[in-house]
Formats: sequence, C-alpha cells, structure tokens
Amino acid sequence: MKELFPLKQVNGFIFSLLLTVIALSVYFMDLSFELGMTILLITAFVQATVQLVVFMHAGESEDKSAIYTSTLYGIIIALFTVFGSLLAMVWGYM
Amino acid sequence: MEFFDRFAVPHPSPLIYASMVAIGLTVMAIILGITYFKKWGYLWREWLTTVDHKRIGIMYIISALLMLFRGGADAVMMRLQTSVPDNAFLDAQHYNEVFTTHGVVMIFFMAMAFVIGLMNFVVPLQIGARDVAFPRLNAISFWLYFAGAMLFNISFVIGGSPDAGWTNYYPLASTDFSTSVGVNYYNWALQISGIGTLMTGINFIVTILKMRAPGMKLMKMPMFTWSALITNIIIVFAFPVLTIALLMGTFDRQFGTNFFTSVNGGMDMMWANLFWVWGHPEVYILILPAFGIYSEIISTFSRRNLYGYNSMVSSMAIISLLSFLVWVHHFFTMGHGALTNSIFSITTMAIAVPTGIKIFNWLLTMWKGKITFTVPMLYSVAFIPLFTIGGVTGVMLAMASADYQYHNTMFLVAHFHNVIIPGVVFAMLAGLTYWWPKMFGFMLNERIGKWAFWNLAIGFCLAFFPMYITGLDGQARRMYTYSEATGFGPLNMLSFLGAGIMAIGFVLIVYNVYYSFRHAPRNVGDDPWNARTLEWATHNPVPEYNFAITPQVDSSQAFWDSKKHGYQLFKDDLKDIHMPNNSGLPIIMAGLFFIFGFSFVFFIWAGVILSGIGILACMAYRSFEKDDGYHIPVKEVKETEEKFGGAKK
Repeated sequence: MKELFPLKQVNGFIFSLLLTVIALSVYFMDLSFELGMTILLITAFVQATVQLVVFMHAGESEDKSAIYTSTLYGIIIALFTVFGSLLAMVWGYM
Repeated sequence: MEFFDRFAVPHPSPLIYASMVAIGLTVMAIILGITYFKKWGYLWREWLTTVDHKRIGIMYIISALLMLFRGGADAVMMRLQTSVPDNAFLDAQHYNEVFTTHGVVMIFFMAMAFVIGLMNFVVPLQIGARDVAFPRLNAISFWLYFAGAMLFNISFVIGGSPDAGWTNYYPLASTDFSTSVGVNYYNWALQISGIGTLMTGINFIVTILKMRAPGMKLMKMPMFTWSALITNIIIVFAFPVLTIALLMGTFDRQFGTNFFTSVNGGMDMMWANLFWVWGHPEVYILILPAFGIYSEIISTFSRRNLYGYNSMVSSMAIISLLSFLVWVHHFFTMGHGALTNSIFSITTMAIAVPTGIKIFNWLLTMWKGKITFTVPMLYSVAFIPLFTIGGVTGVMLAMASADYQYHNTMFLVAHFHNVIIPGVVFAMLAGLTYWWPKMFGFMLNERIGKWAFWNLAIGFCLAFFPMYITGLDGQARRMYTYSEATGFGPLNMLSFLGAGIMAIGFVLIVYNVYYSFRHAPRNVGDDPWNARTLEWATHNPVPEYNFAITPQVDSSQAFWDSKKHGYQLFKDDLKDIHMPNNSGLPIIMAGLFFIFGFSFVFFIWAGVILSGIGILACMAYRSFEKDDGYHIPVKEVKETEEKFGGAKK
C-alpha cells in the first residue's frame, strides 16, 4: 500500500497550497511594496519549480538532464533579456 | 465604394501598375499551363500534400530562389535610383517601400527559407534517419512560411507595401506616421511565417536529439548537423520574442493600445529593443548553418578531416549564448549612458573570438590539404577573406563611441551585406551546388558555375566596398537621393555596376540549372564529390525512404571511414519500411492562415472569424484523425534498390 500512495505528490500539493496562501496574504497584510513584491517573486518561482518537478515529472525520465539543462538555459536567457532590457530602457539613463 | 478604396495602392506609379499586370498574367499562365499539361493531380499528390523532408526542402529552396529574385530586383532598383545624384527614377515613398521589402524579403523569405530548406533536405540524411520527427508538422511549417511570404508579396499591389524599414521602428511604424495598411501586412506576414519557423525549430531539435542512427553520439555528428541543432535551439529561444513584439505592434496599430506609442506610458524604443532581442540571434540563425555548410565543403574538397572538431562545436555553443547578449549594439546611439554601451560593446567584441576560432579551423583544415577548386569550394574559399573583412568592420561598429560616427550610414549597410552575402548567400549557393546531385541525380555544370561565382564575387566587391567609403564620408542609409555637391555620385555608380554584375551572376545560376537539366549526364554515381558524411552513403537522387537499411555509425565521418577503412555501414537485412502518409491538411490550414492574415490586415472581421474557426476545425480534425502511416514492403524496396544498381552493402 505504501508504494501505491503518492506521498510526493500529496506533499507537493500541500506545499503549493501553502505557497498560495503566503502569496495571497500579501494582499491582506499591510506590507511595504518592496517586501510584498519580494514575497510574491519568491513564492512564484518556488511554485513554478514545484509544479515542474512534482506534477510535470521533470526529473523522472531518462531525459532528466536534457530537460533541466534546457530549462536552465531558458531561464538564463530570459533573465539576460529582462535585465538587459531594463538596463537599456530604464537604468541606463540614471 | 469606400470598402474597396482600402485595397487601392496609396501611392501608385506606372511600375506598380505594370507589376499588377505582370502578376496577373503570370498567375494565369501558371494555372493554364498546369491545366493544359494535366499536372494538377501530380502536383497535388507528389508535392502539395507531401510530408517527405526532401521534397519540403526542395520546395523551400525553390521559394527561396523566387524570393531571391524578388528581393534582388528591389536591390537593383535601389542601386539604380542612387546611381546618379538627384535621380528621379523612384520617389521618396516608393524608395522607402522598396528598401523595406528588400530587407524583409531577403531576411525572412529568402535567407531563412534557404537555410531551413537545406536543413530539411540534408539533416535527416546526415543522421541516417528516414524523415524528421514530425513530418506533418514539417509540412505545416513550410506552408505557413509560404502563406506568410505570399501575403507579404501581394502587399505592393493590394493596399500598399510597408515603408518603415525592415526593422519597422516605432513611432514611424505607428498609425500616426504609417497610415496605409503596409505595416499591418508586415505584422501578419511575419507572424504567420514566424509560427512556421518556430515549429521547424522544435521539429529539428527533436529530430537531431532522438533520431540519429545507432552509434552516432552527439560528438560524432557531422558539422552541418551540429550547426543545425544549435541554430534550432536559437530559433526556439529567439522567435517567441518576435511573436510577442509583432502582436504588441498589431494591438497598437489595430486596437489602439499604447505599447509602442510615445504617449500614455508607451515606450516607442521598446520595439527596437524587442526587435533586436530577436534580431541579433536571428543573425546567428542565418550564419551558423552557413558555417556548417562551409565546414562540410572545405573538409571534403581539401581531402582532410575537419580541423578542431571539438573547438568548432564549442565555439558554436558559445556563439549561441553570446548571440543573446549583444542586441543593444543595434541602437548604441539611442541615448543610454556609457555603462550600458560599454557592457554591450564588450559582449559584442567577445563574439568575434569564437568566430575567429572557426576561421582558423577552416584555414588549418585546408593547410597541406589536397584542395580541388570545385564551385562549392570556390565559394567557401572566397568566403573566408570576405567574411573576415565583414567581421573586422563589425568590430569597428561594436565600439560604441565610434559607432556614433558609423550609425545609420552606408558603412553599416556595407558591413552587414559584407557578412550576409559571403556568409549566408555564398554558403547557400555552395550548399545547393554541393547537394544538387543528391537532390536531382545530376550535377550542375562546373564551367557555368564558375562564371556565376566570379560574377557574384567581383560584383559583390564592386557593389559594397564603395559603400564603406561613402558611409564614412557621411552618406546616410535609406536616403533616396543626394545632391551632386556631396560627391557621392561616382562611388554610387560603381555600386550600381557591381549590383548589375551580381545580377548577371544570379541569371547565370538559373541558366546553369536549365543547361545542366538538359545536358548533364545522369550517371554520376552515388558519391560524385568523394565526400565524407553519411548522406552520400545512399543513392542519387535519394529514394523516398532515404536508406534501405538503417546505417550504423562508428565515427564522425562515417562514410569516409567506410570507404577507406572498410567499416560496415549497413549491417542489417532489408525489412519493411514504415513511412508517414501524405496529407492535404497542411496546405489547407496555410490557406486559412493566409485568409486570416489578409482579413486582419484589412479589418475584415467576418473573414478573421470564419478562417479562425476553420483553423481550429483543422486542428480538431487532426486531433481525432487516426493515421498510422504505411509500410513499403521488402519486395518493393528491393526493386527500387536494384534500379539504383543493387542494394548498398
């Protein structure tokens, strides 16, 4: 019975609910903009990781390394694009 | 009447009316010709519905060549207009439309199609596969590209061409300054063909990662396949940015949003930023496959294995990452500070290092090699010095402070033609000549090919080197005329002559196809170039199943080693071969996409909704369609192989 019980998924589900509650609490609590955004950003990225690993089974096939490498590459390029654009369009003038 | 007024060309001239008539007559001639020779059935069964990667590749290449002549005609018109001071051949508006379509057609519909066409034809053969991973998707990619290209090409006779440059910068491209539907055409044509390109990207990554012949490890892949893999990775990461930017532009122009306006919190230069976030990787999408082709050709005709295989691969990987880190160098003069410019200056110069490594690897491959100067090799050898000049002027442009002098002058125009023509165009022509026997079973005439090459090479130097000088003297890019006092006249005349010589070169290539089709011997064998990679291990022209027996590979130049060291490539026995079925769905879907795009351009909402439903219906139909392909029985395979002179063993 123990092998059949999807412990990882149930835990993941509870954890993702918890993350949602934390994110939602930003709206109800009187936080500063910076703190609120920090909490939202962190919970958003952790949430995405949980979904990818636990529910989309990213690490469970033989393609594991290919999947993680391409995801990482995508994240790096996205970060470069976002921060590069900020640098070019906003920060570069200060 | 108002409804029809929208379709009128806003800025007509005798030239445009003449092209309308010419287009009408050509279409009628083609339809009548096909009907007269009763070829509709053949065309539909064998080509329009095909999912065979080889035929799709050939259709890509034919379309690319057509677009080459369309864009080339634009180029000659521009050179003619600027050949003498105060010329009145084209007026300002017409000139704007001509340089815009020249850029768009050459990059999106010529170079991209040529690159993808050669990848389609060659990559599955080089890795010993029977087709790409998703043959049906591949057909959709082609037909979407074709629909986009046709949509763009009808713009100049229906409603007016885009006129804001191929970079389409806002606010010039906004409805305030570009009032005709031209920029709508730009948005939708690129959107539709862009979707096709993105699908190609995914298709080829899966093909290369999953369908290699047994024994072909990643580091044993032929160099062209490596370049294709990296190119497609760049496509998958870069094209979504263009998709979104075009959509934002569409929303601005057609629904009144404010992404790229200069009021209401819009940011007009954000378009330039997003365009080049896609646009610079795009440069490498074009050049990396070219590098791959040169690697194959130089190694084949120097009779040596490629020097520095590992460094070739790693430099391409580094280029693919760096290509995403340099885009701001396209607008150094926008006004951001020294820090931003310095960062992008340095990343840009850094990209010259892996490129330089590749140049040295090619030189060292030829070093002490037994070089034969065939037509493909001539293009490759000319590429090295010409591309290096383009690269060095690129480093000049990369210096942000100096760029204030070069920006938007003919110096820049000379630079990017200097990398694209010897880099991409020469590579595609070299690749086409090299793989021609694989495609059609006969070789292109070498003598005419050499004439074409020399015309192109000399014409190129005459056409573009003068621009470096006039650019430094201050001739701005996209300027439709200039006064005699500027002194730009003689050098521009030289450019025009160069463009004319290049045009002769391209005509010679067409003549060569005709001449070789009529006169070239058909018994060239399976390996006319004495080549090294797997695609030459099957017959010329390639039978539809590619390899009768799946090859097994032990080295990075499997075919060469099988010839020289007697390795066995084909160890199994003949079996039934499983092949995908043809399908009419891709071309129907692309037709619907064409109607969708056209309706959107002109705000015909009924057309948008109906064709949108049609597209979704096609997708739904596909989801429930049961298609397991078919088998070619052993007997038939045997017969085909006998016809080619015995099964390969």
